Parts: sequence; C-alpha cells; structure tokens
Amino acid sequence: MEIVMSILAGTLFAAGVYLLLQKQLLKIVLGTALLSHGAHLFILTMGKLNRGAPPILEKGIKIYTDPLPQALILTSIVISFGVTSFLLVLAYRTYQSNKTDMMDQLRGTDDE
Amino acid sequence: MFFNKKQKLTLNLSLFTVFLNLGVAIFLSYYVFANGPLILETGAWKAPYGIILVADQLSVIMILAVNVIAISAVIFAASSVTSNMTQHYFYPLFFLLIAGVSGAFLTGDLFNLFVFFEVLLMASYGLIIIGGSKHQFRESVKYILLNLFSSILFVTTVAFLYSVTGTVNMAQLGERVAEVEQRGILTAIAILLFIVFATKGALFPLYFWLPKSYIVPAPVVSALFGALLTKVGVYSMLRVYTLIFSHKLELTHTFFIWVATITMLIGVIGALSTSNVKLIIAYNIMPAIGFMVLGIGTFSAESLAGTIYYLVHDMAIKAALFFLAGLLVWHSGTSDLNKMGGYIKTAPLMGWMFFIASLVLAGIPPFSGFIGKYLLLRGAMDEEHYWAAGVGLLSSLLILFSVIRIFIGAFWGELKEEPKEKVRRSGLAASAVLIAITIILGVGAEWFYPYIQSTADSLIDPEIYIDYVLKE
Repeated sequence: MEIVMSILAGTLFAAGVYLLLQKQLLKIVLGTALLSHGAHLFILTMGKLNRGAPPILEKGIKIYTDPLPQALILTSIVISFGVTSFLLVLAYRTYQSNKTDMMDQLRGTDDE
Repeated sequence: MFFNKKQKLTLNLSLFTVFLNLGVAIFLSYYVFANGPLILETGAWKAPYGIILVADQLSVIMILAVNVIAISAVIFAASSVTSNMTQHYFYPLFFLLIAGVSGAFLTGDLFNLFVFFEVLLMASYGLIIIGGSKHQFRESVKYILLNLFSSILFVTTVAFLYSVTGTVNMAQLGERVAEVEQRGILTAIAILLFIVFATKGALFPLYFWLPKSYIVPAPVVSALFGALLTKVGVYSMLRVYTLIFSHKLELTHTFFIWVATITMLIGVIGALSTSNVKLIIAYNIMPAIGFMVLGIGTFSAESLAGTIYYLVHDMAIKAALFFLAGLLVWHSGTSDLNKMGGYIKTAPLMGWMFFIASLVLAGIPPFSGFIGKYLLLRGAMDEEHYWAAGVGLLSSLLILFSVIRIFIGAFWGELKEEPKEKVRRSGLAASAVLIAITIILGVGAEWFYPYIQSTADSLIDPEIYIDYVLKE
C-alpha cells in the first residue's frame, strides 16, 4: 500500500512541477495546489499506513496508528488552503492591473 | 485591528505594544542569561510529544533584536504609513509578522517552525501588496510562488525526517541523528532542508526573487523584510545545522562555504550593476547572508559567535539603510541615482547619517560590522578556508564602494533638481535609533562579547540544548 501511495504522491509532484513551469498564471496556481496535495499524501505515507487500530499508546498495546502525521497534515492542509485561495485572488488582481497573465510578460525593468 | 479607520489611535496603540514587547523581551533575556533556557510546554504535553517553545540564549538575542527593529519600524511608520495603508490593516499585518518571526525564533519543534514560517509569510504576503500598484502585484506573485514552493518542500522534508527518525522535536532529532552518526539518507535530507532555508534566506542559486520584490512595497515594509525575513532563514540554518546535522561536516558544511562565497560575489556584483538606490540596498542583503552562512559553514566557536554578532548587526543596519533609502527617494522624487545630486545642502543630517550607515555596513573599525566580520574571517582563516576569507574581504570592499556610490552620487555635487519634500522627521529618528545601536554594538563590543561567546559555545555543543529540553 505504501508503494502505491508513494507512486501517487510522486505523480502529483511531477504534474505539479510541470504545471509550475507553464507560462499562464492560473496553471501555475493549480500546479502549487497539486504539489501541496502530493506533499500531504506523502506525509500520510511516511507515517506508515495502518488500519483498524486506535491511535492510543498504552502498556500492552502493540498495534496502534500513529496520530502525529494526521495532525501534521491537518495543519498543512489548512495552510495550503488559505494560501491557494489568496494566490487565486492575487493572480486575478495581477491580471487586472497588468493586463496580462503570461509570466514572460510580467518582467520588470531596473528603473521604475 | 478593529480601529483601522482611526489612524492616530492605531499608531499610539502600536507604539505602546512594541515598547511593552521590548520590556518583556529584556526581562526574558535577563532571565535566560541568569538562569539558563526557559521551556514552555504547550498544553502541558511533555517534551518529545507535545510542541515546545524554547527560549535559549540564541533565541532571546534574536527576540531582542526583533523587538528593537519593531520599535524603529513603528516610529518610521508614524510619518510614512498613509491612512490608506492603515485602513488596509498595515498594523495588524505588521504585528502578525513580528509574531511569526518571534515564534520561528522560539520554537523547539521542526514542524512548528514550518507553521511559524507560514504565519510570517502570510503576513508578508499581505504587507507586500498593500498599496496595490501594478509593480507590486507583478513582483509579489513571484515572491509568493517561490516561497510557497519552498514551504511545500519543507513539509516534504519534515515528512522524510519523520519517517527516518520518528520525531519532529528538534532536541530528539539531534539525539537520534547523533545515535546513527548521520547516515547517508540523513545527509541527503540535510541538503534538502538546506535548499528550503537557502530559498528563504536568498542564497546563491535561489536569490533571484529577492531584490525586485523587496523594493516594490513601501519603505517601512522593505525595511522589515530586509531586516527580518532572510534572517529567519539564517537563524533556522544556524539552529538545524548545529543541533541536528553536525556530524558530516566535511560534506554539508564545506558545501555551505562554497555557496556562501558565491553568494557574496553575486550579491556585490548585483549591487554594482544598478543605479536604482533601493535596488543597491536590496542587493546588499545577499553578501551579508553569505557572511553569516560562511560562519555556519566554518563551524568553530569563534565563527559562530561572528555569525550571531553579524546577524544582530545586519538586522539593525539593513533596516536603517532601507529607511534612509526610502527617505532619500521621497526627498528627491526619484530612485534613479543619475538624476540625484547635491542633496547635502538640502538634507545635511540625512546625508551624514547615510555616510555613517555605509561605513557601518562595510565594517569599518569602530562600528559593529567590523567585529562580526573580524570574527568570521578569523574563524575562516583558522580553519584554512583562505579562498572564502579572501572573497569575503574583497566583497566587503565592494560593498563599501556600492553604498558610498549612493552617498557621492546623491549628496555631492551641484543640486540637480529641487527636492520634492522635506525630510520626514520621524523617519530620521527611526534610522538614528538603529545607527546608534550599531555604534554601541561596535564600540561596546567588550560588554556584549561574553554573552555572544557563551551563546556560540552552547551552540557548538548540542548536548546542552538536548539535555535541557529532554530532562525528566
């Protein structure tokens, strides 16, 4: 199961990086969203996938799921959710004020 | 936050808060230097399991510096923050930034460090677009995308580290990495983490986002960014590569020295290549970062002391220079050096302050830059990194040249254009406070040095930190 999840996370990463390298701003934003999904799945995988056991550690209990990765993912999801929505608004405003959403036209010059 | 329409009230409230903060920071540092590190276990969970905040010597020095910068920024803001900026929540975002930076300095948990990074980045995203001009949107998109990417990389790295060691607590990480003597995979993780911090701190291959995005926001925001944001990256490096990954020095830390050397060179070349005053100052951030990373790479008690000294000095002087550059641009109405000239007649005080600030930045003796650089370069010489030390000396000379160029161009000669407005008083006061601090740091080095030295000693021996955090 871990292997499948790792491959899935890797695919997401690859797709995310591909989209990041595009010129259009919206595609780049979607790329970051995919990348963060990949990262979240990766955390889950790294914490070992166990099923059917509570996240409780006491003396005598041998099988348990590790609650820490889940806590980490939850924090990370919330953050990436906020940043992505912010980025979408920013991309829209950039498009409005600069009249373009192509990255190669969003270059500046030294003196302005 | 709720008084965003009432500018006067917000300003006074902010002033009160930063002074209160400084008081707390001074008490905290006094306590830590007298009684040893202070640990806060959030939610009363014991150390390896819960999230902990650790105030050790290094942290409190940084917190103290942050609060001094915060005070000067609020003084500067008194004259520069327009009612439009106040209405768009400048002050709440400012305090969020300070909270994020302080949190990053205090945390004892690697994942929590990521969370505080996000807090301060979120605040910086808000601050960088206040004003909403075309250039700001254009540059902030790049800034945010790059930081977002490095944050994702950070999370991934923490996941790797968790799967190998089974913990995200820094002290426990240090202990466990030491147990297995930093096997191959851990060194790979260390380099990956270095890429994350290098992006935040604008080191050689990953610096391109910095100069442009730091000059587009209002001067007070540029000063905050220049003084605080990159330094958080350096602090994280200082913490992680002394506490956790300090067992394969010949691999990781030699790599740091190379990167640091190239960063210094690229930074000064950038600073010499442009005639935009703000851009020159922004490029000057990079050689400073290079110096600090050189100290981390050299990894001796002396060079680490140099890094800490330089870190504090650089926070103060970068903020002061950004303030002065902002004032100069307002005064002259342009940021192009070729269109300036002769302002020593209309703004003598600002001119001489700029001159002193340039000397401080370049590390001319009695000032604080000299002490930091001296320690760093002597440390590098002792460890036989002659090349790096040579490049360091050369780049300090070029730094001096690049900032003195502003002084000569803008203040000497005939008055080319009538100044657009008078120099803003509170802006000068804020810069004066910071320059005074750097002079005190330099002249009074004998008083401060023992504290810096004991901090560096505690960094070189991670056992002290680990024992404190994981004690029963």
